[in-house]
Amino acid sequence: MFRTALRNVLAHKARLLMTVLAVMLGVAFVSGTLVFTDTLGNAYRNQSAKSYDNVAVAVTTYPNPQSDGTKDAGIDTRTLDKIRGLDGVAGATGRVSGFAGVADQDGKLIGNGWSNTGANFAPGKDGKDAAYTFTDGSGPVKDVQIALDEDSAAKGKYRVGDTVRVATNGPVKEYTLSGVFTTEDGAVNAGGSLVLFDTPVAQKLYLQPGYFKDVTIAAAADASDQKILDEVKPLLPKDAEAQTGKQLADDQAREIEQGLSNLNTMLLAFAAIALFVGVFLIANTFTMLVAQRTRELALMRAVGASRRQVKRSVMLEALVVGALASVIGFVLGIGLATGLRSAMGSFGAKVPAGPLIVSPTAIASALAVGVLVTVLAAWLPARRAAKIPPVAAMGSAHLPATTKSLVVRNTLGSVITLAGAAAILAGAAMGKDTGRMVIGGGAFLTLIGIIVLIPLLSRPVIALARPLLNRLFGVSGKLAGQNAVRNPRRTGATASALAIGLTLVTGLTVIGVTLGQAIDKMTTDNIRADYMVTMAGGGALDKSALTALEKAKGVSAVSPQQATSLEIKNEFHSASAVTPGDVEEVFDLKTVSGSMATLGKGQIAVAEKTAKSNGWKAGDTVGVKFGDDSEGGKAETKTLTIGAVYKENEFLSPVLVPTSLVAPFEPKPYIPEVWVKMEGGASTANEQALVNALGDNPAMSIMDRQDIRNMFGGMINTMLNIMYGLLAMALLIAVLGVINTLAMSVFERQQEIGMLRAIGLDRRKVKRMIRLEAVVISLFGAVIGIGLGSFLAWAVGETIKSDIPGYALVVPWDRIGIFLLLAGVVGVLASLWPARSAARLNMLTAIKTE
Amino acid sequence: MTTTPIAHRATAVAARATDLSKVYGQGETQVVALDHVTVDFRQAEFTAIMGPSGSGKSTLMHCVAGLDSFSSGSVRIGETELGSLKDKQLTQLRRDKIGFIFQAFNLLPTLTGLENITLPMDIAGRKPDKQWLKQVIEMVGLQDRLSHRPTQLSGGQQQRVAVARALASQPEIIFGDEPTGNLDSRSGAEVLGFLRNSVRELGQTVVMVTHDPVAASYADRVIFLADGRIVDEMLHPTADGVLDRMKEFDAKGRTS
Repeated sequence: MFRTALRNVLAHKARLLMTVLAVMLGVAFVSGTLVFTDTLGNAYRNQSAKSYDNVAVAVTTYPNPQSDGTKDAGIDTRTLDKIRGLDGVAGATGRVSGFAGVADQDGKLIGNGWSNTGANFAPGKDGKDAAYTFTDGSGPVKDVQIALDEDSAAKGKYRVGDTVRVATNGPVKEYTLSGVFTTEDGAVNAGGSLVLFDTPVAQKLYLQPGYFKDVTIAAAADASDQKILDEVKPLLPKDAEAQTGKQLADDQAREIEQGLSNLNTMLLAFAAIALFVGVFLIANTFTMLVAQRTRELALMRAVGASRRQVKRSVMLEALVVGALASVIGFVLGIGLATGLRSAMGSFGAKVPAGPLIVSPTAIASALAVGVLVTVLAAWLPARRAAKIPPVAAMGSAHLPATTKSLVVRNTLGSVITLAGAAAILAGAAMGKDTGRMVIGGGAFLTLIGIIVLIPLLSRPVIALARPLLNRLFGVSGKLAGQNAVRNPRRTGATASALAIGLTLVTGLTVIGVTLGQAIDKMTTDNIRADYMVTMAGGGALDKSALTALEKAKGVSAVSPQQATSLEIKNEFHSASAVTPGDVEEVFDLKTVSGSMATLGKGQIAVAEKTAKSNGWKAGDTVGVKFGDDSEGGKAETKTLTIGAVYKENEFLSPVLVPTSLVAPFEPKPYIPEVWVKMEGGASTANEQALVNALGDNPAMSIMDRQDIRNMFGGMINTMLNIMYGLLAMALLIAVLGVINTLAMSVFERQQEIGMLRAIGLDRRKVKRMIRLEAVVISLFGAVIGIGLGSFLAWAVGETIKSDIPGYALVVPWDRIGIFLLLAGVVGVLASLWPARSAARLNMLTAIKTE
Repeated sequence: MTTTPIAHRATAVAARATDLSKVYGQGETQVVALDHVTVDFRQAEFTAIMGPSGSGKSTLMHCVAGLDSFSSGSVRIGETELGSLKDKQLTQLRRDKIGFIFQAFNLLPTLTGLENITLPMDIAGRKPDKQWLKQVIEMVGLQDRLSHRPTQLSGGQQQRVAVARALASQPEIIFGDEPTGNLDSRSGAEVLGFLRNSVRELGQTVVMVTHDPVAASYADRVIFLADGRIVDEMLHPTADGVLDRMKEFDAKGRTS
């Protein structure tokens, strides 16, 4: 039996080509993902292990002093000295760190703002800091000196001795570059920048003189980490936490694992979609192979093979094909993983070096997936093969599909589709998370239902295009239209593959574009300011920045959006401290009752929904507690009047309070952004005025309204592009399916094409006929997918409607047009080879009777 | 049995092969399918080409019908010399001037009977001559089968559709490749009757390859081929006469 299967595979090499390709691509995707994440995980684990190599115990202090200005935590020099004096401690290094952005020669920030760090250079007795290896110069030992990591220095084209502008949360300062170093630090190896300051400078910048945020302790040769930990703990202040280096390394490894497993799941989900699409192609191929061999299989039955043997022979054939394709796919996957790693490197995300990890699990699962998918897809055709009666060996070669089976199929499909659609509608009506879950289930059902129903749909839908085909393309169009619905099952399976891909693509696009539009609208509706000033790294702006902006030339209104929290009637409310008067200039505040001007009189304002849920109205007085006395800090409760109730503004917290009221309790206010309105609106000159006022600080970003829109819109576009990229694999397999189907059609209709050529259809028109058939099938799949995708997007939109003010479903006709056009192009491309072989068909052999 | 040409027949030539040769392969493996064949197919004449398998009868038809290329010599359909034509022009020639009837009917299953009949004109983008179409359809007796698809027709009916398709575009010449090969004798006789009528009544020119002496007896003239050469010709053939002649070849073939 095995030998027969092998022979059959070899005999149908060409016809199995597309199947092999589809399985191969799917398996490559799966194994590429597995190998890539394994490799990445291993590299990160090694690196984190390495960075904790010399750390016996690490101490870190909470909370981060930067985010809460009311008190400074930290470990003072005395405690550090005590730790140094402990038994078994070889050395202890105090560390302090925070944001530090470096300007390149053009004044632009090096790095992305999120990973620009500054820390202290902590030399030991030998004048060296073990964490950093200097490739040029030496560490900073004066307050005007800094050192820079090698990559950042290269990006900024800085050499030792150059003057470098460094921005921390305060004003920009100029330093002299004393040295360039390399490090095992994870953030730096992930592409971030690191500035080293002399320790007193760093302490002043990030904490307070004489204090450290972290301490790393090295053990003597024979000392136990645990013992040191036990000894260190009693010496530490309340907000400090100590752990052994090993614990930390393990924790970090676990985090890495977690992060990568998310990535893994997402990539594998897309691989699953690609493989699912491949199933249709494989099923088509085996159906055809079985149909072609009807007589042969019937003969086997006639000479005594059992149904089971016939079925098994087909399954075995699938197994051979699946195994072969999986092996090739796996090799391809390893290549893919290697490629992905270097691709990440070229996008600026540095990946630590390490060997390629090909785990046995990866091998086993990739191969199992490939073989299983192929065998499962071949199961139905194999069953059909087993049903061939022995008498078929004598009769004509074709057993037409019984109408009964299509009746069952259509009934089943309709029921599933209707159930799915009902679930989607119900989910849309429910809204929120539960609604989305219901929609998810409904979407799956509908997709399955449509796939079951698609052969039935093919006739009426394609019939709609017929008149156009006849008119535009004459006899080629007419024949193509009819050929496309000749084998509804096959057309259906081929179109399904495309429909699945396009359902996802369209659904994501409609949602993405709709959200983008809503955000655009939100920005326009809520903001009057010309500029928003923020830290590039997402941290807080220094008070000095606000002062500087207030004094800048051409500024007509400035208000910070200072994030704070107020305790009103024993309940915490997040609030925005703003500048009275100016706040109305920079935000479009719609007053429901009362007057915003009351903010200037030391009253507060509350957003409509919050007011309603707490039963407040304008004119009420409430007790407001400022500050936090739980740790012995300063706090005071004041009785304040609610001067105004306003409509919710997406850029502000639901409680507004004048900055002057909060100031005494927040010496280091947390200001994520400052909003500025200028005379003459947004202009290059005005922007420059702000840049100058801020002291040309590379770490601060000044965004106009368009930039704000782009920030969110850009995020959505990036997401969409990633999704498109991942779905491209499924679409590619769908294209292979179209090629496959056409190649089969051409092969099966050789005689017909030969006749057409004989009675006068020229090569050009034969090609056109095949091409149009491909386009018709592709567009059919695309139309189904776009329709279903839009429906799903609408349903999901209904559930998020309530969370997004100004939500309105946007159907991006331009993009849908592009999708249709692409589907058409896919059809044309897929038909290139089959059309060519059809046109080159030898007429004489084609018309010869068997 | 007579071998003299019939004087009252029109002598205009619909197709002519002159010194036609077709050689496959080269050197040792060289096979000569047609060996300097010269033959005329006169207008309004029904010609049958006969010969044992491998005699080159199909090749001759294919070459004259513009389906196959030839090695040397010349073929003319009407005034057109085929040797110099490119594929595109050959296709056009077949479309406009030649009708085909195949052994396996070769109808398009997606088209109705009528659509199959008018297919060559559809391809050419011409409107069929309604009067003529009606006449042809009536002749083959398909009036009430026009909207049926090939799968709903019997073999005889399918071949009648094929005959109507060949006739409908009023070609200069119709070629039939074993047109009765897949039919029972009654359906075969019907089809041959239509072909003969089309020659007698409509003045059509028909050339048919066959190995069936009965089919050949419907023709006005039979050409016998053996080893790529025309070895004999018979006018007003009868089935018995053709059979006898064939037996002679067989006997000769066996003794030589």
